[in-house]
Amino acid sequence: MQPFTVHTGLAAVMLQDNINTDLIIPKQFLKTIHRRGLGRHLFHDLRYREDGSEEPGFALNREPGRSASFLLAGANFGCGSSREHAPWALLDFGFRAVLAPSFADIFATNAVKNGILPAVVAPEALLALAAAACELEVDLASQRIRAGAAEFGFRTDPWARGILLEGLDEIEQTLRGIGRVEAFERRRAGTAPWL
Amino acid sequence: MSPRTLYDKLWDSHVVEEREGGATLLYIDRHLVHEVTSPQAFEGLALAGRAVRRPKAALAVVDHNVSTRDRRAGIKDPVSRLQVETLERNCAEPAFRVPYIPLLDPRQGIVHIIGPEQGFTLPGATIVCGDSHTSTHGAFGALAFGIGTSEVEHVLATQTLVQKRARNFRINCEGVLPKGVGAKDLILHIIGRIGTAGGTGCALEFAGSAVRAMSMEARMTLCNMAIEAGARAGLVAPDETTFAYLEGRPMAPSGPQWDAAVASWRELATDPGASFDRELEVDVDGLEPQVTWGTNPEAVTSIRGRAPRIADAATPEAAAQLEQALAYMGIAPGQVLQGLPVDVVFIGSCTNGRIEDLREAAAVLKGRRAAPGVKVLVVPGSGLVKAQAEAEGLDAVFLAAGCQWREPGCSMCLGMNDDQLSPGERCASTSNRNFEGRQGRLGRTHLVSPAMAAAAAVRGQLTDVRDFL
Repeated sequence: MQPFTVHTGLAAVMLQDNINTDLIIPKQFLKTIHRRGLGRHLFHDLRYREDGSEEPGFALNREPGRSASFLLAGANFGCGSSREHAPWALLDFGFRAVLAPSFADIFATNAVKNGILPAVVAPEALLALAAAACELEVDLASQRIRAGAAEFGFRTDPWARGILLEGLDEIEQTLRGIGRVEAFERRRAGTAPWL
Repeated sequence: MSPRTLYDKLWDSHVVEEREGGATLLYIDRHLVHEVTSPQAFEGLALAGRAVRRPKAALAVVDHNVSTRDRRAGIKDPVSRLQVETLERNCAEPAFRVPYIPLLDPRQGIVHIIGPEQGFTLPGATIVCGDSHTSTHGAFGALAFGIGTSEVEHVLATQTLVQKRARNFRINCEGVLPKGVGAKDLILHIIGRIGTAGGTGCALEFAGSAVRAMSMEARMTLCNMAIEAGARAGLVAPDETTFAYLEGRPMAPSGPQWDAAVASWRELATDPGASFDRELEVDVDGLEPQVTWGTNPEAVTSIRGRAPRIADAATPEAAAQLEQALAYMGIAPGQVLQGLPVDVVFIGSCTNGRIEDLREAAAVLKGRRAAPGVKVLVVPGSGLVKAQAEAEGLDAVFLAAGCQWREPGCSMCLGMNDDQLSPGERCASTSNRNFEGRQGRLGRTHLVSPAMAAAAAVRGQLTDVRDFL
């Protein structure tokens, strides 16, 4: 996993609340057995017309959205299903962070496991960032966003921050301490053998 | 020890170690696996040369992609077929060896229906699945929640997960559910009150006399939609109803181990005096049948109600979102919901695809016919539910009413298979999500109970099922 430390880039703006995972990546694209290649299907139903042509008014079909690596979004971003296809599609499109007032729990976890930063940003700051329409610099260690002369703070979960800053492989970490899992299983076999 | 909640007890008994940043390594007892969210996890294991740590703690089945028509000929869509075959192949890999229920096995069905049915779901266990409706299993007093594919891989490799402790949120449901009003109406009403993010970061414990009086199947409907309020887990304390449901199930403990298990399960209730971060009181006596009018599950009201007016919105942003939702749904602001014509009725899903749901729908449809031009899909949640329904003659009731009687699977709940709405079609659906495009591009979903769906089928419009009782 690619660590997230400091990232600079443009931002796409989709400030509506409750952007759900069905909207981020509709069901027909969940049939893949691969992680990559979902970027072109990101926000499919909003991004393309029935005949497959681009919907010109949609944020990702014009600049700066087309070359954005930050997504500015509304509250409860990523609600709905557990599909990790949502962060895979965001990452494949080129997004490295989603900036929103709040996130659905499963989405936030899935994002972190793929090196995407879910940054909790106050609604007023989001409006200012959207209006600034300039390159942003997001610094995870200090939890600051710089937009020209303006600067805003954001919040992240301390555990998520650790994983993102290091690009940590959690499976590797757990396997290194597998002795503790084995000890748990031995205890468990005595107290709840039916499990 | 100070008084603890059911959630606290489940959490505490599964802690393997504490990690930096306030995270905990939690032991996972049961892992349900399906075709959509597992291929990349197995691929990850294979690339790293890792094995499945405890194959017998997992159970795999195909459900999302499968056709609900005759499927002896196999799956036609090559992409769906590849995904199904990939699960089959992964489960058979020497390094994986995950128990797998094949498509043509009589036990095949929706992952959240077969877990309880087989006794794989047990009180006091931690249960995960790469599917957000894993909250269903919390009805048994298990800590059950949906996970992403990276987490699926972590569980397969280590039998553990890194998690953050949730806050405790108790919903006390007191009273007696009126005739024609059930668990689906109750959970829709609760989501309407707390909102789709009202339970974010929380585990919802459903308590109170109305929940104690519920069957296991009704409790599963309740917990199933905890995630629609943003809560990864829903919970009901196990009791005699739970034990009676589980006794004798194929994968449940038996003999002296059964007695020991029941004794330990009795300890799982929330202690008197345990503190909750949040509580909500719900009086169910006056509850009416519910129906959603918008594009997320909190957009709900009574069948006697109306869609909101734009002027009711608190902010300009909310007004814009309301306007968009109503336009998508083809509903005017302030419109009365009863009488809206429906094109399709869907009865099934992990929310409402169990035998009691089918009985509830059949009771309304018995001796009646679906309105002309309305397509009615009845999709049992599993092969065993289907067999039971046929033994009771429910299939004959549905067929005589002009419904289609299908094979088990997720079907039109999410339209990953052949069952989808066409653009503009309006559907009374017993499923769990009314998001834009969920049941098919530009399809319009109204979430209702099985009884309400059956009533909509008969009248060809959204209607109050109490008129039929």
